[in-house]
Amino acid sequence: MRIHPILAAMTRNKFGAILIVAQMAVTLAFITNSFALIEQRVAWSARPTGLDEANVFVIRVSTEPHEDLEARRTGELAALRNLSGVLDAYITNDYPLQGRGWSGSVSLSPDQKTPSAQTAHYLGDEHALNTLGVTLIAGRNFTPEEVTTVRDDALPTARILIVSKALANTLFPKGDALGKTVYKGGAVPAQIVGIVDRLQGPNFAATGRFSTFAENSIITPHRPINQYPDFMVRVQPGHLAEVMRRAEQTLLKLDGEMILSSVSMEQARAKAYLGNRGLVTMLLSISTALLLVTGFGVVGLTSYWVTLRRQQIGIRRALGATRLNILQHFQRENLMIAATGALVGAILAVAMNLWMVQRFEMVRMADSQVLGGALLLLILGQIAVFLPARRAASIPPALATRGG
Amino acid sequence: MFSYYFDLALRSLKRNPVLTGLMIAAIAFGISACMTTLTVFRAMSADPIPTKSHQLFAPQIQNSAPTETNPGDDGFASQLTYQDAMALMQAHAAMRQSALYLTDLALRPTDSAQKSTYEFTRAAFSEFFGMFDVPFQYGSAWSAQEDADHAAVVVLSSDINNRVFRGQDSVGKSINLNKETYRVVGVLKPWKPIPHFYDLHVLPFGESDALFIPFSHAIEKHLIMDGSMACPTTPPKPDWEGKLQSECTWVQFWVELPTKADADHYRAFLNNYASEQRGTGRFTWPAHTQLRDVPQWLAYNAIIPNEVNILIMVSLGFLLVCLMNAMGLMLAKIMGRAGDIGVRRALGASRRAILSQFLIETAVVGVAGGLLGLLLTAVGLLTARSLLPTDFVLLTHLDAIDTAATVVFAIAGTMLAGLYPTWRAMRVQPAWQLKAAQ
Repeated sequence: MRIHPILAAMTRNKFGAILIVAQMAVTLAFITNSFALIEQRVAWSARPTGLDEANVFVIRVSTEPHEDLEARRTGELAALRNLSGVLDAYITNDYPLQGRGWSGSVSLSPDQKTPSAQTAHYLGDEHALNTLGVTLIAGRNFTPEEVTTVRDDALPTARILIVSKALANTLFPKGDALGKTVYKGGAVPAQIVGIVDRLQGPNFAATGRFSTFAENSIITPHRPINQYPDFMVRVQPGHLAEVMRRAEQTLLKLDGEMILSSVSMEQARAKAYLGNRGLVTMLLSISTALLLVTGFGVVGLTSYWVTLRRQQIGIRRALGATRLNILQHFQRENLMIAATGALVGAILAVAMNLWMVQRFEMVRMADSQVLGGALLLLILGQIAVFLPARRAASIPPALATRGG
Repeated sequence: MFSYYFDLALRSLKRNPVLTGLMIAAIAFGISACMTTLTVFRAMSADPIPTKSHQLFAPQIQNSAPTETNPGDDGFASQLTYQDAMALMQAHAAMRQSALYLTDLALRPTDSAQKSTYEFTRAAFSEFFGMFDVPFQYGSAWSAQEDADHAAVVVLSSDINNRVFRGQDSVGKSINLNKETYRVVGVLKPWKPIPHFYDLHVLPFGESDALFIPFSHAIEKHLIMDGSMACPTTPPKPDWEGKLQSECTWVQFWVELPTKADADHYRAFLNNYASEQRGTGRFTWPAHTQLRDVPQWLAYNAIIPNEVNILIMVSLGFLLVCLMNAMGLMLAKIMGRAGDIGVRRALGASRRAILSQFLIETAVVGVAGGLLGLLLTAVGLLTARSLLPTDFVLLTHLDAIDTAATVVFAIAGTMLAGLYPTWRAMRVQPAWQLKAAQ
């Protein structure tokens, strides 16, 4: 089948063809960018924290300003650790998926102008690794003797620390971080004694400063003692809800004035990524609607062209064109229009993506996403054009002689 | 004439229900997607205090060495140090001013069936209330003398008053907070500026302050700060006093300057203050200060999430496609009736008459699309509210302006899209059509 009759027919309906090209181009530009964002956000929300998330929860507690804070906290911690169903527990400053928390910089020498890396800063005692359920891949855990307490407003400095693998690799790309000395915001040298496979920082935003070092974290051997402790608790698998309730009761028995709220890591995850999920849902629905609208637009305009060309189609049929020829005419016509639209759309999509990357911290689009989008659009055009094209193919040759 | 064309339009639309339905649906979808995101955006970018937003200013003073500043930063922290805030309070160089910070107080109900809760508590100076036009239901703000006396007095939000005192006039009564007795001096009417402009560090669109107490009292009681603190240098001592003397920034500060001249004076005053600090050796860099009013402050803090901007872009693109679509369908529909138009023209209808006929038909489609779009927008907003976190979507609702805007946009958009098809209809040659349809 030659292209010529298609082109000739199209030039008689320039405006309609241009409309479809424009529609498809804009559709492609928006859906590819949406898909890029959806893909990034879905992947971002699915990142594991490194914790045994199914079996870990945190009790956030507010207490009165007592004189004997340390004795109280120690007692509460001991009670939690002794609770049946509890594997381990410790007091932390922050936890992953919390949303905000301590962070700071790490340098390789004390007088470095630009720090080597930014990192989240967790405090934890020798029970921290076991409670979180993170995997130690090199080095060792803290010993009880190394752990010191930090009171309110004190700035914890440490001689040793445990780092996440992501941070270790950023600081020492050769992979020899263990045993090295680093400087955590100041002149005090600290030695890396352990590396954990994965430990996410407390911030979960997919954009902004914190997203640039989301997997970097350090734990220093400190037990925070203050009025507002966060107890991290790990339970035996399958006992989370029940232990959560008993843990609260245990703490309240020790201090009836406590104000406490518990949240499991799974609840924290759901809450943290609620906004992301909303964005993804909205983008998905708008993208689907966009494709549908474009599809129906093709159906509408092609139907109109078919009506307009009834007589010509009859003549072609009378001159020997088969039904298949007619069907193919419209299918190919649409393919040409859609291909033009896809080409313009691809350029538009890339331009828009570059602009949004600058302006809104948008993710950079992959070439495969543009190609995929273009392909999707071509298929959509072929499906949409099929119904009107079939109607065209069913026009009898007799129409040519009978007239409109 | 109008009613005749209107009747014609209805007949014509009824004759081709599928095309008509597609057109109306396209417009409705496009409009509702746009209006949903725009309403969210409008709620987030609304002026929280329209009567005074250009008279309220947040001062900033650079208190960290330029060498400590990240490239691209302007050198300012978004809050003030305690010492600077107190110096500005004492100078009293503005009509009204208040240092602020957020803390939490434990509210223990006398009724033991209720749970104890921690309430967002705003530590402020007495001028806070007048400065922000905070509406009182009962009583009033505490006095300047009570500020000076570090008095244990409290102003309750209407929520707290409803919960603790069942909405009664509680002025003069006592309330137990953090195991201490506070005297209620005032109760607010419901008040929730959105965004929460005077402290953007804690959920700009989230919960509002529940209690208000004198700043001086909060400092005396060492009530810890619930918010964010940035420390360019290590505090001299790791305790409360050390924090007050440090270069850590954690205090919000607002001033009221009614005229431009006042604002200019205050700018000069701020610069002077920073220069003095250089004189005492505290700053080793030239005075660098800034004074921003509410809209500038909101823009400076870029509180509208990127996600909302992206959604707006996407929905505008969607509207564009929908309108192009409606245009194509209208063209198809109108040109499908070229024969009718030819007959009408041959029977004496002027081009003008054809133009009005089809403009009215387009308008009918626009109105229908707008009304359906309104319905879809309402659904869209409900969905958005259930999908997005509460601090993100807050009180998005359709008000009269949104409703009118939706319908007007729909009609305007449809008319715009209908221009070309209508023009084509107007240009139909009667003779040609009559011959073709012989």
